[in-house]
Amino acid sequence: MKKRLIPFLILLIGSVLLMAVDGSWLRKVPEADRKRINPFAGQIEAAAAGRTLFMDNCAKCHGDDARGRHNRPSLRSERVEHATDGELAWILRNGNTWKGMPSWSSLPEPERWQIIAYLRSLPPDGANAANAAQR
Amino acid sequence: MIPERDSMARPVHSVTRRVRLRALFFLIISVVCLIHATAVRAQEPPYFVTYSQVLEEPGNLEVAIKGLTASPKDANAFFSPTLELEYGATAWWTTEVYLQGQATENDSTIFTGFRWENRFRMLPTEHRINPVLYLEYEDVNDADKSILEVTGHDSIADLQTSNAEGRGDISRTMEGKLILSSNAKGWNFSENFIAEKNLKNEPWEFGYAVAASRPLTLVASGRSCVFCRQNFSAGAELYGGLATVHDFGLKGTSHYAGPTVYFNLPHGPTLGFSPQFGLNDNSAGVLWRVKVSYEIQQFRDLFRGRGTR
Repeated sequence: MKKRLIPFLILLIGSVLLMAVDGSWLRKVPEADRKRINPFAGQIEAAAAGRTLFMDNCAKCHGDDARGRHNRPSLRSERVEHATDGELAWILRNGNTWKGMPSWSSLPEPERWQIIAYLRSLPPDGANAANAAQR
Repeated sequence: MIPERDSMARPVHSVTRRVRLRALFFLIISVVCLIHATAVRAQEPPYFVTYSQVLEEPGNLEVAIKGLTASPKDANAFFSPTLELEYGATAWWTTEVYLQGQATENDSTIFTGFRWENRFRMLPTEHRINPVLYLEYEDVNDADKSILEVTGHDSIADLQTSNAEGRGDISRTMEGKLILSSNAKGWNFSENFIAEKNLKNEPWEFGYAVAASRPLTLVASGRSCVFCRQNFSAGAELYGGLATVHDFGLKGTSHYAGPTVYFNLPHGPTLGFSPQFGLNDNSAGVLWRVKVSYEIQQFRDLFRGRGTR
């Protein structure tokens, strides 16, 4: 019995770990949330306010340039670039607690959208690399 | 009876000296930490007694001084400072140590004890109501006047005993709280149900705390400003005791309510203020509460290699 149990446990733990790899949160986002639209999209003033909020709340982990610090993810990555505004709003509201990202639900919702507006105003990592190569 | 300062009490003087040394030590530690600190903007609601679902962000250390002063009926006026060190161990676990003391007019200044608390977020995602489990070990003497919560038959009579009488009785207590908290349209609503057990064969005691708050504006401004609405949040708290397991209810308990306000200084500390009014004869007239807190962002990064990005 014990011999059968050990491989089963290894498989179970392995699959839980696989589910927890970076980006798995994207699969948890409900369809309705995924389709939500940022009411501040493209607004320069909102992005400026979002920058202040980002510096106060997010930069300590993700860096002043949003490229990540101490193994915490870059917010200019391809994954973030391709995520919808609704998906980013979902992760800000819920966090990814097992991976170290806290919930920011106590920031008012409009402020969370302003942060997303700011993130959208940043050039993605790929764009920077391409610009550097051109130079 | 209002106890006068006992001129024969030499140990009280030595304790006072020790308290001063401890206070100086913590002041130095706090200053060192503040020098290394970076920008702050806490997202916690403006509560003094009630807990919300907001945990400390992982890696952050919040250093706070909570002060309470009151002049209860038939007792000497007092000031009770509590040093609070709150650390975000993970995104779902916050651990916190409190060091408490008090100074009573015509009596003495004493260290009253410590508490160690832990809060655990119970659900991984946000829901309409978000439960957090709170577990605490408390080692404080009966001279403690911090009133960090009210349970059982806590009343104004506890504030009327002299420090010499109270400091001899040490209560070692385990306490649990079920914290329920919701965020809706910028508002936070929090409810705490408290159960406390003195480890000396005493009955379970119960208490409650409820609160609601909201930032003064829900949209941030791009320009930097100090006294703009986005830096303020306001709310109200109500808390009190629910007696013991033998006589559960409101009889012989004390209750307080009052408005609260927090002011987040941009890139600086958070200041809090609340006058809380006693709601019955068992309560003190008014408790004046103040709080100054500073969040040291990513405190644990101070101990990481500078080379790691």
